[in-house]
Amino acid sequence: MTQSITQNHFELFGLPAQFSIDLDKLNQQYRKVQSEVHPDRFAAASGAERLKSMQLATQANEAYQTLKHPTSRARYLLQLHGIDTQEDTNTAMPGDFLMLQMEWREAMEEATDARDIDALERLLAEMRKTGRQFQQDLQQQLDENRAFEEASGTVRKLSFIDKVQADVEQTISKLEDA
Amino acid sequence: MALLQIAEPGMSAAPHQHKLAVGIDLGTTNSLVATVRSGMSTVLHDEEGHALLPSVVHYLPDGSIDVGYAAQAQQSQDPHNTIVSVKRFMGRGLKDVGDTAQLPYKFVDTPGMLQIQTRVGKKSPVEVSAEILKLLKQRAEKALGGELTGVVITVPAYFDDAQRQATKDAARLAGLTVLRLLNEPTAAAVAYGLDNASEGVYVIYDLGGGTFDVSILRLSKGVFEVLATNGDSALGGDDFDRRIFCWILEQAKLPPINPEDTRSLLTKSREAKEWLTDHAEARITSLLKSGDLVDLTLTSAKLKELTQHLIAKTLNPTRKALRDAGLGVEDVKGIVMVGGATRMPQVRHAVAEFFGQDPLTNLDPDKVVALGAAIQANVLAGNRSENDLLLLDVIPLSLGLETMGGLTERVIPRNSTLPIARAQDFTTFKDGQTAMSIHVVQGERELVSDCRSLARFELRGIPPMAAGAARIRVTFQVDADGLLSVSAREQTSGVESHITVKPSYGLSEDEIADMLQSSFNAAESDKQARALQEARVDAERLLEAIAFALKQDGALLSEVEKKEIETSMEQLRNLMNTGNSHEIHDAVEALNHATEEFAARRMDASVRKALAGQKLNTLEL
Repeated sequence: MTQSITQNHFELFGLPAQFSIDLDKLNQQYRKVQSEVHPDRFAAASGAERLKSMQLATQANEAYQTLKHPTSRARYLLQLHGIDTQEDTNTAMPGDFLMLQMEWREAMEEATDARDIDALERLLAEMRKTGRQFQQDLQQQLDENRAFEEASGTVRKLSFIDKVQADVEQTISKLEDA
Repeated sequence: MALLQIAEPGMSAAPHQHKLAVGIDLGTTNSLVATVRSGMSTVLHDEEGHALLPSVVHYLPDGSIDVGYAAQAQQSQDPHNTIVSVKRFMGRGLKDVGDTAQLPYKFVDTPGMLQIQTRVGKKSPVEVSAEILKLLKQRAEKALGGELTGVVITVPAYFDDAQRQATKDAARLAGLTVLRLLNEPTAAAVAYGLDNASEGVYVIYDLGGGTFDVSILRLSKGVFEVLATNGDSALGGDDFDRRIFCWILEQAKLPPINPEDTRSLLTKSREAKEWLTDHAEARITSLLKSGDLVDLTLTSAKLKELTQHLIAKTLNPTRKALRDAGLGVEDVKGIVMVGGATRMPQVRHAVAEFFGQDPLTNLDPDKVVALGAAIQANVLAGNRSENDLLLLDVIPLSLGLETMGGLTERVIPRNSTLPIARAQDFTTFKDGQTAMSIHVVQGERELVSDCRSLARFELRGIPPMAAGAARIRVTFQVDADGLLSVSAREQTSGVESHITVKPSYGLSEDEIADMLQSSFNAAESDKQARALQEARVDAERLLEAIAFALKQDGALLSEVEKKEIETSMEQLRNLMNTGNSHEIHDAVEALNHATEEFAARRMDASVRKALAGQKLNTLEL
């Protein structure tokens, strides 16, 4: 049987399996791996090599994207620990976060109605700031305290922020087109 | 037919021999071919010294075909049979092409992709493009003195799957082996970046004859990483001409005019636009066939006013691409201008104002794409030994599936780095349901009807189960050319249902075969001879590649494993002289299968070596 290159995304890039990662190193290692496996390196090779190259390059892209973004990195790390973050099923959120959600939604609707792109940009900045706070929490929960259930809750919050952010970005894009 | 010469495995000189590879910029207005000679990327000229080949194809009454300047000269006399800007119709249906009334062609609304009625019959845009490619192929083979190993053809970054597939089909029809479809802005970045040894974030602003692309790239140490791309595949210099044309009609208060006059006024419009690049005003005079005289003066200020909204239309995609890349204008180190239309001063001013810095214009905007494509073709053909150039490109438009209520379920988001694969699970809606219909679309809109329909297929043979019990996994794979393939299987029963994706656009295998045949105007036996020839070339390439791999990494195999591969190679080699195309094809497949494990080990070893590289070097010191 083929020995696969790696068991998980961290190992593929030779990085320790933890939430805090050296992003420069990740970028560097990703490029090194792609330099070896990318289909451009095998354009004139056998069919078997071209197929393998496409599979490995696809895997490297998937691994890189997962590790690059904090939310997906945390989700993946929890998965490795056998924990499902239940983002689709578990919608229970602490009261203060629910309040924040509602505020953001309201602010977004108001700004959209007023076609105020600047206000939407400010909202984005605020969400990013809150997101960064949660990312710091994750570092503690995952790397120091190994409090995986708690981390799972933080991932759900971050994932929610990501979704609203995407909505706001799409709204801005629509307003600009109009 | 002459027999092919085949060297002994390991004895082949091929890996060191310089392969003839070219880059082709198949443009809306002009096309070019370039190659790397003595380490320099250079555009190949025709016998009269022209670098540009006008992308114009003229079908003559005697059945012959003119391409380029000769065809261009006929466009006003014979507009119905002289096809210009065919790129606008590639992979497009009649409803996708907006202002058909202004175009002098007789369009035929065929499913998937439109066709054009000419005096020699209906022509698909793919066939018309193939004529341009054939001429460039001839030009290249004459200049380089041999048959081409492979080509890189550039496409607008914002081309969707249908447009890319159409381009690849055209190349096949022209008898070219496509090493890669390369995005035009990325090609320009390669030409620019390698010339200037640049590092940092660059924006490529590419306004061609019929398409607009903007790409944001991070350049660092030979890696060209596309962060985001956006654009408008129906916006270009042609639209500026058309604005001038409409202005002429308005000013001269002309009655509806015939196709000949339309074509000639469009040409006058283009000439005026080009003149205004270096002059303050342009005089437009023309005596129409109708007897009307046009005599007008267009100032550059007026042109700016007429085309303001077109320039604004390029800045929106630019803004979006920056946002997708998570960057602001302050992060951009330079803006590279590509495409003839970026010569217009009002375009340069608008870009300079948007980014707060003057764009880079030191490379010829007409040639930079072909030059970059040639560099990549050279790398892909295997002519460069040092692996110092890597292009990481993205998919320009999201891919998705139709779900209940005509809504799009996004499976692969735009700007994902290629290659990429994503799977999505579906289940049945009714008890005992054994078939499922899957509709693949491309685009950013929520409603399926606003997106581009790529393929519809039926997944059959699902074992009857209760509603919701089946697990059907649909996998999208987008390769490095940006082309999609879809497969589906039922998970719970382990039954794999093979599906053929029948594109709702483009050409089927049979259609391509028919076109190849009719273009040779030949008998069935010739078709077979051609298939045999193709199969032999394939086989020879494969044997060569494996011989090289064995020589390099044979140590990764046991003696038994090596023997197996060698036996498989021997079988193929024997069949090459005696077998028919199907037998050779099967033996090629068998050899590919026999070397899967070897391929995997080779790649494993190279990745391990690359990641451990620094440590090893230190040890050796």
